[in-house]
Amino acid sequence: MTNIRASDIEPQDLMVVLRHPPHGSHWLREGIDVALVAAAFGQRVGLLFQGDGVYALLEGQQAGALGQKGTHPQLAMLEMYDIESLWVSAAALSERGLSIDDLMLPVKPLGAEAVAELMQVQPHTLIF
Amino acid sequence: MLNYALLVHAAPYSHQAALSALRFADAIVTGGHRLAAVFFYHDGVHNASALMSPPQDEIHLAEGWKRLHEDHGTQLLVCIAAGLRRGLLNTDEANRHGLASHNVEAPFELTGIGQLVDAMLNNDRLITFAP
Repeated sequence: MTNIRASDIEPQDLMVVLRHPPHGSHWLREGIDVALVAAAFGQRVGLLFQGDGVYALLEGQQAGALGQKGTHPQLAMLEMYDIESLWVSAAALSERGLSIDDLMLPVKPLGAEAVAELMQVQPHTLIF
Repeated sequence: MLNYALLVHAAPYSHQAALSALRFADAIVTGGHRLAAVFFYHDGVHNASALMSPPQDEIHLAEGWKRLHEDHGTQLLVCIAAGLRRGLLNTDEANRHGLASHNVEAPFELTGIGQLVDAMLNNDRLITFAP
């Protein structure tokens, strides 16, 4: 897995950090909602998937045993809203035995230092 | 003087975050700054419940938010999508959904996430309080 260098990172108008899995709470869904609305308002929005938030990126997240809606359709809308700056914590992936090939969107893996750099250059960050 | 907005994700009394947010809000206005808006999202929407009835010797969070509006003109914005699914409705929404009662009243306003984006872009600082 090649990690993105800090110098490749461009600041967005808004960075939304997603740290919760698709099921069990509304954190992920409500975080993505903010990203979509901000993009609809013409803001450049980036997403960082961290911790259990990386599970959102697995192919085919549909309704589960809890009866919550799947987040796959919501993530599939990101491209339509021109949200294309997508990053994922490389450590969060490897801790969960996942690789970039398991994921449904073209996300860029970041090492710990690059994550810190990414957060530092954003004017606005919302964490979900 | 700085213009602030707050984003509150935490339910009242369940977490420190809602209490801390109110204390921070008071500190903003006491310090001579302006608190333009508080946006209630996620479980934070419960801060807007008109039915909140804590014991008399406890801090009343909803009254605390209202006081900020009355004394300092702070907008109290409640995300309508997060509110509806958690049972926070004003009279209009209660009528629309055929429900017998409501629990969101002025100065709390049900509004869209666009208002959060607006508050973020048009103030010097947006500070999040989350559990």
